[in-house]
Amino acid sequence: MKSQRLQRMAVTSASSLLAVFVALCICAVVLLITGKDPIEAYRTLFGAAGDTKVLQGSLNRATPLMISAAAVAIGFKMNLFNIGVEGQMRVALLATAVAGAAVDLPAPLHILFCFVVAMATGAIWAGFAGWLKVKRGVNEVISTIMLNFVALSLVAWAFDSFFRAESTTGSVLVKTKELPTSAWFPDIVDRRLSGMFFIAVLVLILFYVLVWKTKFGFQLRASGANPGASRATGVNPKRMVMISMLLSGALAGLVGMRALLGDVHAYQNNLAEQQGFNGIAVALLGRNHPLGIFISALLFGYLGEASGRLQLIDIPKEITTIMTGIIVLAVVIINEAVKRWDDRRIQHKAAVALETAVVAA
Amino acid sequence: MKFFKSLTTGQRTIALSLGFMLVLSIVRLFTNADDITSSGTISSTLRVATPILLAGLAGVWAERVGIVNIGIEGMMIIGTWFGGYGAWKWGSWAGIALAIVAGSLIGLLHALATVRFNVNHVVSGIAINILAAGTTEYLSIIFFKGQKGGGESQSPAGKGGYGEFDMPFLSGGRIGSWRSPDILGWIEQKHDLPLIPDLAGLLRGLVSDIYIPTIVAISLVPLTAFILWRTRFGLRVRSSGESPQAGESLGVPINRLRYQAMAISGGLAAFGGAYLSCVFTSTYRQGQTGGQGYIGLATTIFGNWTPFGVFRGSILFGFPSALKFRDEKNVPALLLVIAVILIALGIVSAMKNKQMLTMGLFIGAAVSAATYFLVDEVPQEFVAATPYIVTILVLAGAQQQLRPPAHAGIAYRAGENH
Repeated sequence: MKSQRLQRMAVTSASSLLAVFVALCICAVVLLITGKDPIEAYRTLFGAAGDTKVLQGSLNRATPLMISAAAVAIGFKMNLFNIGVEGQMRVALLATAVAGAAVDLPAPLHILFCFVVAMATGAIWAGFAGWLKVKRGVNEVISTIMLNFVALSLVAWAFDSFFRAESTTGSVLVKTKELPTSAWFPDIVDRRLSGMFFIAVLVLILFYVLVWKTKFGFQLRASGANPGASRATGVNPKRMVMISMLLSGALAGLVGMRALLGDVHAYQNNLAEQQGFNGIAVALLGRNHPLGIFISALLFGYLGEASGRLQLIDIPKEITTIMTGIIVLAVVIINEAVKRWDDRRIQHKAAVALETAVVAA
Repeated sequence: MKFFKSLTTGQRTIALSLGFMLVLSIVRLFTNADDITSSGTISSTLRVATPILLAGLAGVWAERVGIVNIGIEGMMIIGTWFGGYGAWKWGSWAGIALAIVAGSLIGLLHALATVRFNVNHVVSGIAINILAAGTTEYLSIIFFKGQKGGGESQSPAGKGGYGEFDMPFLSGGRIGSWRSPDILGWIEQKHDLPLIPDLAGLLRGLVSDIYIPTIVAISLVPLTAFILWRTRFGLRVRSSGESPQAGESLGVPINRLRYQAMAISGGLAAFGGAYLSCVFTSTYRQGQTGGQGYIGLATTIFGNWTPFGVFRGSILFGFPSALKFRDEKNVPALLLVIAVILIALGIVSAMKNKQMLTMGLFIGAAVSAATYFLVDEVPQEFVAATPYIVTILVLAGAQQQLRPPAHAGIAYRAGENH
């Protein structure tokens, strides 16, 4: 059993690595066609790994990605596709910025309060999609896409109409009222690496425990893998849909906290933009496993941080976005191919075993 | 009701738009918001609605063949870029042509992933959206940066327009050098009459200041309907979306059809994108689509996966933006329009004995009407969010009436699912 699991893990990791390699190759072709030197590009891109500042920045960028990937993955475990992490995050950001600035609490409690508000609002927004799916049978992909745009408009309107604060520093950027310092999340490395990194790692650990070590997690995976069979054992699929959607939304609420509590300390337009959305790519590359998510988040965090270096040698940093798109496509294609290859291998093994058994008889 | 059900979709579209015009006319007389039915509003509605319409048709083609296309937005983005590039290099028609070719290729990529490699349709769509955004940003820096009028996120201005079209006699078009009288324009000014100036405004809006690409796009609606419901190819496409097993057992080449339909879908979406960068404006700008691909997806659903339905949806979703575009002051009048429509729907549902729905609709109407009297202007964000909210409400409330292709989005491998 153990060796089989190890074998499977090795195959999974190998296919993810292969996907990254394929993406690097295709991007090299893109660079060549557009008259850039791929070798120089990759030397610059990966040469930056020796720089401590770049590494700290990568961990910092990986922080929200880990949380948003966990939010997406918890849905995936149940065959739910929560594309709405971005919208859930955005609603939670404004709610937390406003609620956090309105109360006065000692430091650790204040941060805890902010977390609770963020998780609750994220869960409520995701709950709409869950409710629509459970009660009205609306596909969650469509509803979360639509709710993303509703969230975007709603938050922009609420921010503009009610929560803009007069700037005290003369800054042009419009923000909400600044959070009191008791709500600021401390940095590990000043202005470079937020302490939220530990929270993100904690989220991944809890995610692992919840999904693989509890009864609830077992039911979750079971109803994702085989809804009919798990219903027969007494698992209520609608309840599972609702719970996993709420959990996913609660995590989505936390995604923006590094930017809000650890960096800007107030809500502003574009705060933490795309961080909820990028979690989808991280979850896919990480195969919805906490360890995989951790490594993929580091990779994407690093690509984001080091891509700035490319501009120094006159290569658009957007090549890393292309790389992300190709990685997503390559990883699912390779998974599918590997799965079929694996199926055939097992079939073949069974056939051989059967044949020897027949011959022996 | 029986009479209404006996009509064809085309006739229903006409009946519904006449009803809608009547509502608009009543509200116009009541509020003096003359612009809500002016020809200018109608023609700018068409302009705003065209890219949404094309994106919606892209959704129809994809889902009818059985492939969910979340990548419409990405295909549109590709369309805006190649449209902008082509228009800059060779002129606007070349821009549209180039965009359609590029979009078809992206559509084929989506088909390759979903058909050949059996990838989850949503995942592939998301990958395409990321790829499209990255590729266009990358290419802009390579090709547009440093060019005259261009930049990191913007193309240089495209060459040549399309020429606007005015109908002689009806809207003052020219015959040779002689300017014909503008009959509809004259009727349109008689604001005290009910309905007549509104219809004149509608007609004049449809035949004045119209870009030829708009006419092409609108003619794709009946064309799509004809191909999908009146030709052998269309029947096969729909069989692939409803029940590929059944189709395949009758010898329909499911995989080939899916490639073909996805190429059409990608081309349509990219045409919509190119419309934004070559017709609506004359430059490509980063982020120009602004989620219109998703609004297109919403119209596919709203329009019940039919081309005429998509047309209705795109007009409905484009109308508030067009009105906003012309004059902010007219938008609140829409609240009354909504109230009247909700009351009408409420009466219909009351006749069907659906008490909860009826009550909800009447409450909605009351809230909408009350808001009209309480506010002076409708925030931009509400106008922007309307299509999405309407789609959620339709999905939540009218699922019984929706008929999505039965097999859209479900993994299928030719020759294995028997």
